[in-house]
Amino acid sequence: MADRMATREAYGLALAEFGADPRIVVLDADLSKSTMTATFQKVYPERHLNMGIAEGNMMSVACGLATCGKVAFASTFAIFAAERACEQIRNSACYPKLDLKVCATHAGLTVGEDGASHQCVEDIAIMRALPNMTVVQPCDAESTRLAIRAAIDRPGPFYIRLGRMPVDRIYRREDCPFQVGKAIVLRAGRDVTLAASGIMVHEALKAADRLAEEGVDARVLDLHTIKPIDRDALAAASRETGAIVTAEEHVILGGLGGAVAEVLSTQAPCVLRMVGVEDTFGRSGKPLELMAMYGLTAERIVEKAREAMAARDGR
Amino acid sequence: MDAHETRRLARFAAVMRRNIVEQVFAAQSGHPGGSLSCTDMLAVLYAKEMRVDPANPRWEDRDRFVLSKGHCSPALYAALAGRGFFPEADLSGFRRIDSYLQGHPSLKDVPGVDMSTGSLGQGISAAVGMALAGRLDGKDYRVYVILGDGELQEGQVWEAFMAAAHYRLDNLCAFLDHNGLQIDGAIEKVLSPECVADKFRAFNWNVLEVDGHDLSALDGALQAARAAGGRPTVIVGATVKGRGVSFMENQAGWHGTAPKQAQRDEAIAEIDAVLAALEGEA
Repeated sequence: MADRMATREAYGLALAEFGADPRIVVLDADLSKSTMTATFQKVYPERHLNMGIAEGNMMSVACGLATCGKVAFASTFAIFAAERACEQIRNSACYPKLDLKVCATHAGLTVGEDGASHQCVEDIAIMRALPNMTVVQPCDAESTRLAIRAAIDRPGPFYIRLGRMPVDRIYRREDCPFQVGKAIVLRAGRDVTLAASGIMVHEALKAADRLAEEGVDARVLDLHTIKPIDRDALAAASRETGAIVTAEEHVILGGLGGAVAEVLSTQAPCVLRMVGVEDTFGRSGKPLELMAMYGLTAERIVEKAREAMAARDGR
Repeated sequence: MDAHETRRLARFAAVMRRNIVEQVFAAQSGHPGGSLSCTDMLAVLYAKEMRVDPANPRWEDRDRFVLSKGHCSPALYAALAGRGFFPEADLSGFRRIDSYLQGHPSLKDVPGVDMSTGSLGQGISAAVGMALAGRLDGKDYRVYVILGDGELQEGQVWEAFMAAAHYRLDNLCAFLDHNGLQIDGAIEKVLSPECVADKFRAFNWNVLEVDGHDLSALDGALQAARAAGGRPTVIVGATVKGRGVSFMENQAGWHGTAPKQAQRDEAIAEIDAVLAALEGEA
């Protein structure tokens, strides 16, 4: 397998890998070659249902399938899944707690050239507000594979946020301790905690390397599950490092940073800084150009880490 | 359908109407007008057509039903109680804090409810999903759904109609409860869906037009739907909002209004007279 792989590609492969289970059906809205559900379709064409450019209907149809014992994966771009079809997900899936697995690809700014209309940076905030919903954003191919496995095994609605851009592997095959709701400690530092999800996990690791050069021992958490969030890991990070920086490819309103702030402020207060998209839309550009322009970088995480440690130490 | 069978269904429907009025009166909340207009469709489905087992509401080979116009839950609950899915006495708890009978149908709460509905336009899509599942699993169950005519204003309905025809779901049968009224008035005045039967035909559905209160005609249409051969069927039922309670008939004002005591008494007296007449015929 390639060293670099987009999480959407890993998703398509995982569907094909686990697809022998006859309960699995996959629905798409005319984007199967982009969401990569086409990989599943090649192996199991009879259980791949193209619903056309009609995302609201797709979600509710998937829920009807789920009432009949199916595990229904529904895929489109994040903007159309979480936002156009939001109320269908709420009322047809979350309220009756059905096995709808929304696998939303092309999330965040790294959609790139398509621009703001397609760059979904609000979906985590929206989806995590829904009762019964589990929200996961894996950072690489193997954790994506395990997230899909978990979505099949764990009853109820899931929102899995996937990206377009190829990313490095962080976990080796069969060597990823992914468990829904359990943060993975990628670095066991004690000076500051960097808590990230998705592509920002890669930036957090780079930031930790740079901080190490300055003699700062940073803890790095892969906070792949945003709901239910790992309260214990956050409380421990608060207690043991006293300074936390969150990093997400999402607006800093109500997303990963917001979820962490809720836990810290009510349970384990410490200094918190957030890296993410400010209260604004994206624009067209190449993915890495956009990340630089909007501050989704290791450099920004390093700055915020220094700032957080200074605030903690009263400097 | 012979006279005896027609009388049995008419009685089932009249008891449903009684229970609709009593539920909305007891709760002082709910939607009597549209519940009374789809009562006869539900009576034919639950008292005759559908293969269900009240002792095993999740039986996987059962026929499915989705009330896409979910606000007419009093009619569905009356049908389910009439068929024995839960005790008739429980209907008095409709919409109350200590009852499982939620304001709109909830599959997690109410035995016999196959899909949670209430947000218009979504139920028909769920029914398409159920029909697809039956096809995938090689099962012979059928899927029924009731839509309101105001509901046709939701674009999702037409997405679902397109999908059902595309996948040739002849195991799916929809009813249109075409009573012509919605909350703000006549559907033609609020936002006319225009020539609904023509639209359904243009979507390549098998379209049957009947009197939505004629039990024999509804039954005949259901049998015809079974022979639709590769196309889903929609039975367009011409109905009267508030049917069976004279002062509620054809009044948009009774869409979501509960009767007061005197109105409840008048309605029950009218329905009981129908029931007594049916007993007299027997």
